[in-house]
Parts: sequence; structure tokens; C-alpha cells
Amino acid sequence: MQVTINGKPEEVGGETILEILKAKDISPQMVAVELNSKILERDELAGTVVKNGDAIELLFFMGGGR
Amino acid sequence: MAFIPDSEEQVTRYSRHILLPEVGGKGQKKIGQARVLIVGAGGLGSPAAFYLAAAGVGTIGLIDGDVVDLSNLQRQVIHQTADIGRPKVESARARILALNPNVAVETHYTRLTAENALDIIGRYDIVLDGVDNFPAKFLINDACFFAQKPLVHGGILRFDGRVFTILPGKSACYRCVFKQPPPPGLVASCQEAGVIGALAGIIGTIQATEVLKLILDRGRLLTDRLLDYDARLTRFREIKVSRNPKCPLCGDQPEITQLFEHEPEVCAVKTA
Ligand SMILES: [Zn+2]
Repeated sequence: MQVTINGKPEEVGGETILEILKAKDISPQMVAVELNSKILERDELAGTVVKNGDAIELLFFMGGGR
Repeated sequence: MAFIPDSEEQVTRYSRHILLPEVGGKGQKKIGQARVLIVGAGGLGSPAAFYLAAAGVGTIGLIDGDVVDLSNLQRQVIHQTADIGRPKVESARARILALNPNVAVETHYTRLTAENALDIIGRYDIVLDGVDNFPAKFLINDACFFAQKPLVHGGILRFDGRVFTILPGKSACYRCVFKQPPPPGLVASCQEAGVIGALAGIIGTIQATEVLKLILDRGRLLTDRLLDYDARLTRFREIKVSRNPKCPLCGDQPEITQLFEHEPEVCAVKTA
């Protein structure tokens, strides 16, 4: 299945957002996930099935400033 | 007030602003009447303070409880080698006044806390986030929501930077996107991870530009979109976000009704 992750087209194996994160070795606590411009709750990740052409944004924390 | 329109020195100093149709004498006067709080006189706060001072912002508040450390000088350009050991707010004040003596600088030599945040933030029109840790970033976001003050958020880590402008109650807040800080130790902040020094200049000056746009009420703000910058690829990317009805702070059923501080991160190396 072809989706866009952070602006780049990607072929993904997983069915759900949580599976895609797992395949990328990303802990759900490390990112905020947006699907087609809508922020997903953490408890929605396992139940959200991805469709062909979906746009996923994985927003990592950026804590620095000093 | 940093701008007296009939002073020749002032008209000359700000001439490149006054020439802009978006600024003009009127806009420059607004800049001179503005009160901006910079939280953290470090990597982001340094360039932001320089450019806001040069622009003639009437009052710049600086809050930081740290002293200048040798390891700061790789990116915190408002401090100099001779300042090591000196409170950052003092060092920054001296540099601001040397650049533009018309600016009133208010220094707060302390950390922003749940106790002092509303009082300090309440005295300013706009807040610029230049802190280096997640608990402080969430505290600033929450305090600006309760005080209803526009906030220009900034973050840097390694080769990546982010800017995000928040109009509390009107546009998405930091918690609309990131509910709460990551568990301690899972995500590095630049305290322990390192950062390319010049990146602080890029992100801090974008923040300063957002502050000026807020003062002037001109242009399109970075609200409801995150601007992410990847210095490795020299690429900017914009990510649309929107107010989240489930936001624990500004959502429909807020759980956060007063200020608090998240647990501080446990750092292996403390170099900030
Ligand atoms: Zn919110």
C-alpha cells in the first residue's frame, strides 16, 4: 500500500497506524501522529486503518532551544 | 518607548523599517510600544533578542535562571567569552543596550515556574519560547493560554528546527498537537543531544519575525501550521494542524484548569 509519510511517498506493510509505527521501530510515545491533517489520539492508533493515498505526519518532539 | 517619531536619530535608525509599506512610521511606533517576553536567554533567545532590540521593540523582558557556561558560546551568540559565570539575563541586557540604548530591558533572573509564570507573562504582550526542555515548553504554552497571550514557540534539536505561532483559544496550541511531554529519557532535548549552532540563529530569527508580524498585525502568521526545518537537507516543510477538540488545555472538555509543572527530565549530561 502506498501512503505519504512526512511528505514522502512510501510503501508500507502494516494495516494500522500502530503497525506502521512498529515496523519503523517508533514508540507511540515519541510522536504525535496526524492522518490527513487530523491529530490522532494515542488510543486511536491501533484501530485506525490506513488507506491507499493517505497522508501521515509523524511529528517528533523537538525540545531544545538553548 | 523606543521610537520617538520626531527624533532624527530614531528616524534614521529605523529608516529601513519605515520605508516598508507594512511598517511605516505608524508600525515603527507600534514596535516601540510593544512589550515582548523572551523565555530563555540561550540559543533561540540570543538571535531573537538581538533582532527585536535592533528593531526597536520598546520593552524586552528576559527570563533565565542560568549563568553563562563555556559550552553555551557555540550557539548563544548574545553572550561572550568574558561573560562566563555571569547571569545570562545580565549578559544579554548589556549586549541589547549596546546595540540599541532605546530599548528598556527587564530582567528576571529566575526559572519560569507554575508560581511565577502568570505574573511575569501577564506583564507582556507577546511571549517567545526559547527554553530547552519539555516541561518548560508545556508550562509556557499553558501559561500563555491562561493569560491569553500570543506565543511564538521554537524548538531545535541536532539538525532540526521548528517554529509554531499560537493565538490562545483561536489557533491550535502546543497541546493540541503534543498532549504531554514524552516520558523522560525517551526523547533527547538539546541539553543532552547536541545541536548545530547556526540552526539556533535560523529558528530564533524566524521567531523574531513572527513577533514583529504580531506587533504590526501584518502578513500571515505561522498559526495552525508547524514550520519544520531540516538543516541536513536545507529543506523547510509545513505541517497543517488545527485546534483539537480533545486538547486537554484548550479543547471542549479541558482537564487542565490551572498551571502545573511536568516532571523535569533526567539528564545524563547537564551542559545548558
Ligand atoms: Zn490546545
